[in-house]
Amino acid sequence: MDLNPSAEQQQLIDAFAAFYAKECPIERVRDAESSGHDADLWARLREMGVLDMAVDQSSGGWGASLLDLALVAEQHGRHLAPAPLMEGQVAARLLARAGGDAAVEALSRSLADGRLTTVALHPPKSGVLALVPAGAVADEVIFCDGGRLMCMEIADHGQSISNLGSMPVADIAVDSSAMELQPAEQGQPLFERAIDEWMVLMANALLGIGARSLELGVDYVKERRAFGAPIGSFQAVAHGLADAATAVDGSRLIARKAAWAADEDAARATELACLSCGFCSEAAREASYRSLHYHGGYGFMLEFDIQLYYRRAKAWPAVFGEPSRMFARGAAGRLIRTDG
Amino acid sequence: MDFRLGERSETFRDEARRFLDEHLTDEVRERMHATGVHHNWDFHRARVEHGLLAPGWPEELGGQGRDAIEVLAFLEEFQSAGAPTYGVGTTLMVANIIRHIGTEEQKRLIIPRALSGEILIVLGFTEPESGSDVAAAQTRAVRDGDEWLINGQKMFTTNAQEADYVFLLARTNAEVPKHKGLTTFLVPLRQPGVEIQPVFTLSGERTNLTFYSDVRVDDSLRIGEIDGGWHVMTVGLTFERTGPQGGDSVRLLRAMEEWALGSTDDAGRARVEDPDVQARLGRAAAENEVSLLLARRCAWLQNSGALPGVEGSMAKLFASEALARQSADFVDMLGPDGVRSDRHPSAVAGGIAEYYFRFAMGTITYGGTSEIQRNIIAQRGLGLPRPA
Repeated sequence: MDLNPSAEQQQLIDAFAAFYAKECPIERVRDAESSGHDADLWARLREMGVLDMAVDQSSGGWGASLLDLALVAEQHGRHLAPAPLMEGQVAARLLARAGGDAAVEALSRSLADGRLTTVALHPPKSGVLALVPAGAVADEVIFCDGGRLMCMEIADHGQSISNLGSMPVADIAVDSSAMELQPAEQGQPLFERAIDEWMVLMANALLGIGARSLELGVDYVKERRAFGAPIGSFQAVAHGLADAATAVDGSRLIARKAAWAADEDAARATELACLSCGFCSEAAREASYRSLHYHGGYGFMLEFDIQLYYRRAKAWPAVFGEPSRMFARGAAGRLIRTDG
Repeated sequence: MDFRLGERSETFRDEARRFLDEHLTDEVRERMHATGVHHNWDFHRARVEHGLLAPGWPEELGGQGRDAIEVLAFLEEFQSAGAPTYGVGTTLMVANIIRHIGTEEQKRLIIPRALSGEILIVLGFTEPESGSDVAAAQTRAVRDGDEWLINGQKMFTTNAQEADYVFLLARTNAEVPKHKGLTTFLVPLRQPGVEIQPVFTLSGERTNLTFYSDVRVDDSLRIGEIDGGWHVMTVGLTFERTGPQGGDSVRLLRAMEEWALGSTDDAGRARVEDPDVQARLGRAAAENEVSLLLARRCAWLQNSGALPGVEGSMAKLFASEALARQSADFVDMLGPDGVRSDRHPSAVAGGIAEYYFRFAMGTITYGGTSEIQRNIIAQRGLGLPRPA
């Protein structure tokens, strides 16, 4: 057992921590509040190779492990970066795995031509893909319909939806221009695996959101005084933060283990992906809720940063569904494994 | 990063399973349940015979020289099997304190007998008027030549009726601040003046109230310096928070998963396909993973030479609170049947949810309450100021 990142992993963490600190200060996040997207930041991330690294070498990428991507996602979440990192990576990996001419071409458009492909987390309902992550800024969307894996040019089919988490999401109408990447038997398992990967990366992004939220709260309650003492000395405040700190430490362990398991413990990969995302969703909500509240009235003001975290901690994972739904999916994965 | 515990740990885990299959018999379980005593001498001695009482201790002292992660893997199995381990736990904790700060004479007297399963040692910290505020202990120890005279009462002296010694925290100086006037003694329990009164608890576990009237203890059984008891306690409490966590929750979840797989609802649908049931099982599974990981992190830190303090508090806090939450949730999940007593043959899934609903309330208190753990995390982990 070794809970420390390896030397290479630590280099990766340091590189992206430095990158986000420089390229994504909180002012940039605020500037992108209305669109949820900072095109320059995304271009810089592309230059860093975030899509290339996500794809296997056999498909023309650099072949990073999911754990590598998870360590980057944590930094991404920590800085609330307004860029479609996780969606782009999950879609690229899905295309690489899907194979077939259409998928290979789509992947090459994405890697070489700077186009963005995203993935819808739910099948179309009444002909509409609802709240597609990065749907407002992507060029193409992959979705699963009746088990068939499909890809469609978004063009003017998307309608951007303003939302709680300042995400560039869109409702996208599906039409006959959608192309089949894989038929039902092959499509469904490919899609399910992409959902697992999205959950793992989201869990790690939420770990970053939770950890940073906690820091903001802890820093504030050490400074702010009331009744003649720093408010962090009051147990009513300190104990809430102690619970949040425990949940954040738990998040780090389970989120990283889920990412590790994707390559090292296939039997538990789905289970851990879902359970970690559910757990980290609730932990990030808890940490940001506590920290915002302990800011008192200031936490309610737009000017203070904690509200940026509070909204995203709830909204980012919610485009898949509530934590209970992740837990249910995890339990199903776990029990099917036990049975088989 | 690597989340595997390693081959040696997994092999040792298998050994624990084999031992439990053979020795944790229905009879042992039934006796625990019927008497409320979570110690069983036959089981205890079987561990000794197999060299499995104290696997983390050095070989020359009767252990196997296993590292902290191997020991944890082993103990995870004992905990999730519901094996009786309280007596071993307290005995080894005190033996460990003696090993670190005892005199040579104390080491010779206690360690071989503790590790050979000859004696049992229990804890005497809590009193009727002091629990979390351990240092407020009022039981008095007064010097009388080469001996000390003990007078007072200790609460929750679990297993005292089975034990040979109580590791007792007593006040030896009332003139100084409370932390500075305490001394610890290893008091022989089988002597005049000691009275053991059984106390029954919410989970059915038996504990005791113990009374000490002019009880004599030789100065050679004083552990640590006179008035240095708080230091001894600090050493001891650190050991107490680095054990396995989450085993009870693992056992509970296993039973609930079997129930979900093996039963149907009124409409004939398998419970395991009900999204509500799945969500409850999944939430518990996530929490259990976190409990195990938080405890494993402590063992990993220990292996690298660190003393997990805040990390141990997090592990204990999280796992015990999770058990309390889950057991209530699973009583709900079972519907009205959830209230059937685990002692009644009609109980669903052996009544394990009903049992843990009661049992969990002990775990969030003993070994330092959740509030004490939160204080430690807030002050030592987050660096928050102490209350004025």
